[in-house]
Amino acid sequence: MGQFLLVTIQVDLYDRLAIDLEADLVKMVSKTGARGILIDISAVSIVDSFMGRIIGNIGVMSKLLDAETVVVGMQPAVAITLVELGLPLKGVFTALNVEKGMDLLASKIQTTDEDDADTHDDDNSYNLPE
Amino acid sequence: MTVEREQDVVPFRNRVKEQATKIRMGLVNQTKLITAASELVRNMLRYGGGGRVIIEVVSKGRDNGIRLSFKDEGPGITDINMALKDGFSTGKSLGLGLPGAKRLVNEFNIKSETGKGTEVMIIKWANG
Repeated sequence: MGQFLLVTIQVDLYDRLAIDLEADLVKMVSKTGARGILIDISAVSIVDSFMGRIIGNIGVMSKLLDAETVVVGMQPAVAITLVELGLPLKGVFTALNVEKGMDLLASKIQTTDEDDADTHDDDNSYNLPE
Repeated sequence: MTVEREQDVVPFRNRVKEQATKIRMGLVNQTKLITAASELVRNMLRYGGGGRVIIEVVSKGRDNGIRLSFKDEGPGITDINMALKDGFSTGKSLGLGLPGAKRLVNEFNIKSETGKGTEVMIIKWANG
């Protein structure tokens, strides 16, 4: 998918696998110069504070390498649980599904490129295009 | 069941899910229960060096629920009130485990003795 990395998590990950995923993704961003990461978690039924931290880390690390991270497909029960757990999931953007996530990534990268070109950005809202 | 390694976490969660499905717990409550269980089992591994968990079906009136009892023989928690506060951690984590787990379940009970170990009991009702 051009400048984006697509990751689909198919199973509930063991801790070790999650840590490996984090490292692999950051390496891949550096290697390929990808501008965005899209993580599909629609098959993940449990996101606990450990998994949440891994996702947040991926967001922050890839940001340091000039890539944005979008998490898509979160199950409603997972969203409810995350809020009660008190997990902020900082550093990543979210979208409903893969398609909307790709749109979001595309728009984000456009915005950053424009910001680089000139500085008159009064429209800095990062909303999803309808 | 015994949980001694990180690899035991996912099978343990599956066992909890099986039991929760059996008593027809809804998906949201199941997710909350398993997430809480996951936090507690992780604590048990990280701080208690592993331990044992008992998974039971309990009932109160017409409502069924799942009771999980975690027991380790680790160093124990010196200050339980601090440990139950958001953002407090002696390890390198977010400090959400205990307070988060407590919010996700209906009943939460913790006993800890320094040098002897920690016991945590939680209950999630199917319709709670």
